[in-house]
This record gives sequence, C-alpha cells and structure tokens, in this order.
Amino acid sequence: MLLFTLCGSGWLEIVLKTGVLRRFKRLALSILPISMFFLIWDGYAIAQNHWFFDRSQILGIYGPFSIPLEEYLFFFVVPLAAILTLEGTTTVKPHWRKGEFGE
Amino acid sequence: MIYSDIAIAAFGIAVMADLFLFKNSMLTRAAFWSSYAIIFPFQLLTNWWLTSRNIVMYSPDAIIGIRICSAPIEDLLFGFALVLSVMGMWEFWGRQGVQRN
Repeated sequence: MLLFTLCGSGWLEIVLKTGVLRRFKRLALSILPISMFFLIWDGYAIAQNHWFFDRSQILGIYGPFSIPLEEYLFFFVVPLAAILTLEGTTTVKPHWRKGEFGE
Repeated sequence: MIYSDIAIAAFGIAVMADLFLFKNSMLTRAAFWSSYAIIFPFQLLTNWWLTSRNIVMYSPDAIIGIRICSAPIEDLLFGFALVLSVMGMWEFWGRQGVQRN
C-alpha cells in the first residue's frame, strides 16, 4: 500500500518536475509537526486498542510507543503524496496558483 | 475518547485552523478541491485494501460502525484532516518564503 502510494504520486515529481523532493526543508517543516500529532493519536489508539494490526501482515518492527514501522512510514508517505498531488495540479493549472502566497 | 470522537475533533480542528488561523484558506481554493478529488478515490482504494484484508482491524467499541469500502467512516475524516493540514502547512511555509520554488 505504501509502495502503491509512493509510485502513484511519485511520477508527478519526475514527469511534471514539481520539485517537491528538492524542497526538502519546506517538506520536513510541513510534514513533521502534523505527523507528530497523528502519531501521538496513533500511539494512544494502539494503547487503547481502538485499532490493531495483523502481526502476520506487518514487518514486526516497532518504533517508540509500540507503533509499527509501517505507521511511521505511512505518516511520511501519505503527506508527501498529498503535497505532490497539490503541486501536480497547480503545475498543470498554473492559474490556480493565483493568490497562493497571499499577494 | 474513542476513534469517532478523535476523528471528528481532528476534522474540526483542521477545518477551523484552515479557515481562521491560516491567512490563505485551502478550503476556498480550486487547487485544494481538485487535488482532494484526485486523492479521494485512492484514499477509498487504500482504505479498502488495508481493512478488507484485515491488515488493520478496529475495535467495534471504538467506531460508529458505518463502513465505506470496508473501512470505518471515521477513516475519511482522519484522511481529510491529515491531507488538509499538511497542505495548509506546505502553503504556510511557502508564504513565509521558505523554498517557494
């Protein structure tokens, strides 16, 4: 699923030259604070048994707060795909950039 | 708090922050809605994959019980909040002049 999302949005970077991966600092500043909140939620939900994972279908590597590695990757790959999609659409439709930076 | 409460709260916070905290709202822009329209079917597809194969399972006590494409309806609120807030941050840093191009 993670690879599917990565491939499904990754081609935008190459074909449309969105230049998202090049802008690493802006990418990290956008993803990390948000993902932190969602990972805290994830850790809480796992601790409370709101959701749980099939151990035979995950790698079995766990990070802090008993969160599977896949979840950490999820909260990097999905936000990256979202930003690539946004930059992809505004690359194809440049007039949608109007007012992007409030000027 | 169960999944439903947190998902609704996350959705509400993301929408409020976008409308009132950030200067340039994503929710009023065609760029956001067209991007989300592209993301939405993929979201349903990946949600379906992860839940129909029981890769991730939910406690019946934690969800309302309404499912769309095999995934709890809460997942859609969660996904919307995640996508909106990350895009909002990306645009925010752009406005701050961080790596605009």
